[in-house]
Amino acid sequence: MLQILDVDGHVVNEALLPQLSHDELRAIMRKMVFTRIWDQRAIKLTRQGRLGFYAPVAGQEASMIGSEAATSKEDFLLPSYRDVPQAVWHGWPMYQAFLYSRGHVHGGQMPEGVNVLMPQIIIGAQIVQAAGVALAFKLKKEKRVAFTYIGDGGTSQGDFYEGINFAGAYQAPAVFIIQNNQFAISVPVHLQTAAETLAQKAAAAGIPSERVDGMDVLAVYSATKRAVERARAGEGPSLIESMTFRFGPHTMSGDDPTRYRSKELEESWQRRDPLVRFRAYLEGQSLWSQADEEAVIEEAKTAVSEALAKADAQPKMTVPELIDVMFEQLPDDLRAQRAEFVK
Amino acid sequence: MAQMTMIQAITSALDNELARDPSVLLFGEDVGQSGGVFRATDGLQKKYGDQRVFDTPLAESGIAGLATGLALQGFRPIAEIQFFGFVFEAMDEIAGQAARMRFRSGGRYTSPIVYRAPFGGGVKTPEMHADSLEGLLLQTPGLKVVIPSNPYDAKGLLISAIRDNDPVFFLEHMKLYRSMRAEVPEEAYTLPLGKAAVVRPGKDLTVVAYGAMVHTALKAADQWSKQKGVEAEIIDLRTISPIDIETIIESVKKTNRAVVLQEAQRTAGAAAEIVAQINEHALYHLEGPVKRITAPDTVYPYAQIEEEWLPSTERVLTGFEAALAL
Ligand SMILES: Cc1ncc(C[n+]2csc(CCOP(=O)(O)OP(=O)(O)O)c2C)c(N)n1
Repeated sequence: MLQILDVDGHVVNEALLPQLSHDELRAIMRKMVFTRIWDQRAIKLTRQGRLGFYAPVAGQEASMIGSEAATSKEDFLLPSYRDVPQAVWHGWPMYQAFLYSRGHVHGGQMPEGVNVLMPQIIIGAQIVQAAGVALAFKLKKEKRVAFTYIGDGGTSQGDFYEGINFAGAYQAPAVFIIQNNQFAISVPVHLQTAAETLAQKAAAAGIPSERVDGMDVLAVYSATKRAVERARAGEGPSLIESMTFRFGPHTMSGDDPTRYRSKELEESWQRRDPLVRFRAYLEGQSLWSQADEEAVIEEAKTAVSEALAKADAQPKMTVPELIDVMFEQLPDDLRAQRAEFVK
Repeated sequence: MAQMTMIQAITSALDNELARDPSVLLFGEDVGQSGGVFRATDGLQKKYGDQRVFDTPLAESGIAGLATGLALQGFRPIAEIQFFGFVFEAMDEIAGQAARMRFRSGGRYTSPIVYRAPFGGGVKTPEMHADSLEGLLLQTPGLKVVIPSNPYDAKGLLISAIRDNDPVFFLEHMKLYRSMRAEVPEEAYTLPLGKAAVVRPGKDLTVVAYGAMVHTALKAADQWSKQKGVEAEIIDLRTISPIDIETIIESVKKTNRAVVLQEAQRTAGAAAEIVAQINEHALYHLEGPVKRITAPDTVYPYAQIEEEWLPSTERVLTGFEAALAL
């Protein structure tokens, strides 16, 4: 398993240390802290009924942010329901992510130049679609990459195998990232598959794969960077298995992790907290301070409040608005149905 | 007798049948240790062991295919699709394979499978969780489709479904899971599949509904009765495939007017089929066209505008007015 920083933030793999400037390193830390705060706020807002659907991300920041940071803005992201941070860091305005959570049709309307699809609910659908997006880049001779995420549970879906196999068959520029957070709602990985690792599933598709410490942001960054560069260089797709953990419940819709996870297990993963580890590394080089941390916390709180206010200001969606996005030209029978909703 | 919610009645039915018949197996995503995302299978793995009640890998086609294979070897699988919106993943195994098993083997093999799935709107679930996709199943020959509207029916119909030698899709409306309690016997009992119930007698208008819409219809009918003294007769279909056309026709012969109510989008659904059958069997008893009250033909709008989109009591009353106007 690829690791660059140990749990105390010491470098264990000097040779693989990615070439990142001080600013870039600090930017990664900033995004991780920001995301942790935003996650805490989102959980509160969901409990207050001010957001709709929300899947907590704490614990997975290194996995999410380290991988997204290794891509470029022209690369196309196909996220799943938990991958909202990557989507936002890739350009999805946060207030639209809140509208998406509430089920407002404007949530998924990506601004021009933002190469992100609205998060996927159907597990595995994003994998086959990523193969298609990647093939399109190849056919159009664009040096762009499709990247997508799936959970450990999701690797059981037929779509997962079909997607990685297609990408392999076409040597399409795709990067598939498995976020192995150990549980699919309540089901642990060992009940999901008899395979020793999820990374090894790439072997059958004939594509390279790598297993990384998903609590180590530099390891995730470095593995993703190599996969992205391979794809951009026309060398085909890769699969990354990022070993991580979600600290919270599966979603905010009533999941109770104490029914399927022991306290000891939770604590053993909390000791590997990606924020603590990376902070220690940066502090060791005088690249991060308590003041930096506090500034980001304030920044995140303000940004979330502003995004929420903007989402609140969006007029509530209507049924006619919904009918209008069904077709380019409204068929007559739908026009008649629309009329029933106009008072 | 015990007072049970619909979800408790469902757990009770599963419990009764697991105890009665060792060939009954129960599986799906998160149904084992965690007892299901709605707790429908709570405690059953503890009671019957992880050979008979078990978690599956996260793959609906796999779940449905496993059921087909187990059924071929004499088991009676109860397969949970965690939310009905995920049924697309399993459609080939359900519609293309299990429902055709009798045909493919000339009757040698059967598919005594129950597929269970929660569905239904008004509870603010994420995208693809609430959709009423039963119309897709109605197009599948060889498959029965059950949608109970209350705890008592849920238990009796589920036990019948488990004992049925053909595949049955059993749909559980999420809004009804905990919205009411009713007297439900602890012991097993059955209700016939394919038999509707007249849940409110009336002489002026026949209202056909199923699932949560039965309660919307009842509310509208009571309001109408108070305000206008007009009495609607409400039929709870309970099984939408096969449809109990006799009960419907009998009622229409009495009231001479009908509306059909469904939560699903308008085109080609259960309501369309019922209107067609009323026209075929009772056209000359009608004093006006049969009205459909449905959601519009759009994708299900999760969370934000569910309430406007789903047929409301108000919209149902408008439908009643239209059916009654000559
Ligand atoms: C096709 C499909 N089946 C089932 C579900 C319900 N569901 C949502 S998340 C989930 C577990 C996913 O676990 P995993 O793939 O490990 O990802 P994680 O949520 O842990 O990030 C399940 C069963 C779904 N959304 N889509």
